[in-house]
Amino acid sequence: MGAQIHKFEAIVVGGGGAGLYAALALSKEKVQTAVLSKLYPTRSHTGAAQGGIGAALANVEPDNPEWHMYDTVKGSDYLADQDAVEIMCNEAVTTVYELEHLGLPFNRTPEGKIDQRKFGGHTRDHGKAPVQRSCFSADRTGHMILQTLYQQCIKNEVKFFDEYHVMDLILESGICRGVVAYQISNGEVHVFHAKTVLFATGGSGRMFKITSNAHALTGDGMAVALRRKIPLEDMEFFQIHPTGIYKMGILLSEACRGEGGILRNGKGERFMERYAPTIKDLAPRDIVSRCIYFEVRDGNGVNGKDYVHLDLTHLGAEVIEKKLPDIADFVRTYMGLNPVTDLIPIQPTAHYAMGGIPSNFNSEVLGDEKGTIVKGFYAAGECACVSVHGANRLGTNSLVDILVFGRRAGLSMAKYCRANDFAPLPKDPENEVLAQIEWLRSNAGGEKTAVVREALQCTMMDNCGVFRTSETLQKAQGDIAELKKRFLKIQVSDKSQVFNTDMLEAMELNNLLDLAQVTVDAAFARTESRGAHYREDFPKRDDAQWMKHSFATLSAGKTDLKYKPVVITRFQPQERKY
Amino acid sequence: MKVELKIQRFDPVKDQEPHFETYAVDCEPTDRVLDALLQVKGLMDGTLTLRKSCAHGVCGSDGMRINGRNRLACKELIQSQEQPIVVEPMKGFKIVKDLVVDMEPFFEKFRAVKPYLINEDPPPAKERLQSEKQREKFEDATKCILCACCTTSCPTFWADSEFLGPAALVAAQRFIFDSRDQAKEERLDIVGEKEGAWKCRTIFNCTDACPRDIEVTKAIGEIKKEELFRKL
Ligand SMILES: Cc1cc2nc3c(=O)[nH]c(=O)nc-3n(C[C@H](O)[C@H](O)[C@H](O)COP(=O)(O)OP(=O)(O)OC[C@H]3O[C@@H](n4cnc5c(N)ncnc54)[C@H](O)[C@@H]3O)c2cc1C
Ligand code: SF4
Ligand code: SF4
Ligand code: FES
Repeated sequence: MGAQIHKFEAIVVGGGGAGLYAALALSKEKVQTAVLSKLYPTRSHTGAAQGGIGAALANVEPDNPEWHMYDTVKGSDYLADQDAVEIMCNEAVTTVYELEHLGLPFNRTPEGKIDQRKFGGHTRDHGKAPVQRSCFSADRTGHMILQTLYQQCIKNEVKFFDEYHVMDLILESGICRGVVAYQISNGEVHVFHAKTVLFATGGSGRMFKITSNAHALTGDGMAVALRRKIPLEDMEFFQIHPTGIYKMGILLSEACRGEGGILRNGKGERFMERYAPTIKDLAPRDIVSRCIYFEVRDGNGVNGKDYVHLDLTHLGAEVIEKKLPDIADFVRTYMGLNPVTDLIPIQPTAHYAMGGIPSNFNSEVLGDEKGTIVKGFYAAGECACVSVHGANRLGTNSLVDILVFGRRAGLSMAKYCRANDFAPLPKDPENEVLAQIEWLRSNAGGEKTAVVREALQCTMMDNCGVFRTSETLQKAQGDIAELKKRFLKIQVSDKSQVFNTDMLEAMELNNLLDLAQVTVDAAFARTESRGAHYREDFPKRDDAQWMKHSFATLSAGKTDLKYKPVVITRFQPQERKY
Repeated sequence: MKVELKIQRFDPVKDQEPHFETYAVDCEPTDRVLDALLQVKGLMDGTLTLRKSCAHGVCGSDGMRINGRNRLACKELIQSQEQPIVVEPMKGFKIVKDLVVDMEPFFEKFRAVKPYLINEDPPPAKERLQSEKQREKFEDATKCILCACCTTSCPTFWADSEFLGPAALVAAQRFIFDSRDQAKEERLDIVGEKEGAWKCRTIFNCTDACPRDIEVTKAIGEIKKEELFRKL
């Protein structure tokens, strides 16, 4: 069995917000482009984003991009690269206007302008008070972005290969030459020869047991890059969002608190007042998630259990139905509660990968900590690390990131395509993929993907979640090594060529295992606490030693860590108080 | 609790015809039907095939017939189903395998109504203004996640696969009523044709099936009215 060969100047892997915005930019630049996506593009998890996209439009109160920048840098616990943050916050404004021009139905102010709401960590004038910066379309902003971009891609006749699962990157002598993909509907393997490849494959939240992330978010792009010797940056920083539906992890957006909702412990106290006196419930996520567990540990969970309440009852039916309709629907559907009258049990939920494939602000991938560019290879969106989120992302900043750097990827790819010819394909670039498929189809040993995956998710949640210590991380290291051994005995029961999701899930698990390993190893090495990475045995931030990004590579199954300094331009690191 | 699932299976390589198989699983009453299906797949029979992604009703992957009605498996709780829970693929599209159907014809119809904002004026420096009232005219339709639950529950569509179907008509409504759009006439031409809005016989199956609570039949009615008025 060989492979079909296709040739495009630009290949975009991923049909979420980042991929589609890049594809749109490429199509406007008249570059021959194809989008490959394992899901139909409209199924991408960008569609799940609820609360909004941050941009200092100043439509409802004074605001400016510099304040947005300050909040982003402070929110990141000073680990974000400030040159990249500056670009993002400035371009956020034009990006939101462009979305409107493309047809996005934003909620409107009485004058007909784009409406804005408050969100965690976004403040007026360097921390004075919460500011209305999040541009929104009810509580389905991401859905609207995804639909609008997909619609415009149809208008621009972008070529889609839907339900193609990318398994490998063709990379030789530091030059990217294409990808190898598996066509889900019939099991055929395809080689896409390209001048440029963009990875926009989204997050990896399925590494954790309780998560807001879709089943499909298994970090494929990051894992493929890692296996091709590309380092991953800042993998120890994984955001656990404070408000997931208890036990299910389904997200209840920060927009709930942006609209005035508050958190209450088992005694009914608004406990965030004690931890963040100025902005209270709108403190950044890393802080709120920790505070929830501090309360739980102090015996202040609801009924002595490991959850607290989100209280929306004082907002009134009108605000809830008009501004948070989907969230109200989730609460009714999954919990049988009425958010207008009932308190909602919530628990922190694994949400967002701050780390990922290292890229610069033209979305070019960096091959090492020295900044060597991998020619023709680009990354944008949640799978990339620019780094604009540092150790903790602010709400509404991912949608900004995926679009600003998605478009920048498209534009830099177009430039590269004009200046460069196709680099030749190596001989039989599909061979490794074919071998992996064959191995999965024939391997016997009785291990089930679902069982190994669940064990991984449990150890990550328990040992590499909100609180970490060298002991818990060592436990996770041991567990992951053991699970990797069990993976060698994985047995796929579906042998068919047609829509073989059994085999796909095994491939995805393989990706999660590699990513979990580098995550835990990077977390073990970082003996400080910063943003989402909280080490109980090293509870202080240590700027002297750790004001740097980690770069993890895997060789012969072992993680190797290197570091790169943080870019600081305007804002000197300070203690983070809210 | 013990749950019995009766799932329609079809493997195109081995089977001539679809058949049912029954599985017993142990679930929480508050689990989703999707969780039960994944339990079967993960622990009992890895060959069971379905699409899924978000697991909370926003991506549109897992439309299927559950106890005879089109639903998203991730939005139905076990406790509100009668047992055995009968699960079948959506009707009207070719079955690829088990619960997976060929969605290409569905997206083809979606594309046919020009489902994108058309406005060739140079954009202003900031946003185009639009009042809340103007936006509310098409807001309902913007909720669509293209799950196909409506189209595959429509008797008119079952009888005539050329019919554009409710989902494509909802997409058309979304742009026909957007104050910023300039291609209303083109779209009304498309939905005014013989396989368009006038084929709909107002049976309301689609509205009942929509997991996003879109008033599908009403949206189609609005298109019909608009099309009628322009002829007067
Ligand atoms: C519930 C929820 C709510 C959120 N709310 C907000 C919010 O209000 N504001 C905000 O700023 N951020 C929010 N976020 C974060 C934000 O939505 C995501 O970080 C962002 O949408 C990611 O976009 P993306 O384009 O990088 O990836 P995705 O949208 O996840 O798309 C990934 C794409 O890659 C494809 N893909 C993956 N692997 C492969 C492979 N192997 N082969 C081929 N294709 C592949 C998938 O098919 C998909 O098309 C939220 C996240 C969640 C989970
Ligand atoms: S109302 Fe129209 S579109 Fe909806 S099910 Fe009936 S015939 Fe089909
Ligand atoms: S209108 Fe409703 S049922 Fe039809 S495709 Fe859209 S979301 Fe699904
Ligand atoms: S899995 Fe996304 S709608 Fe059900």
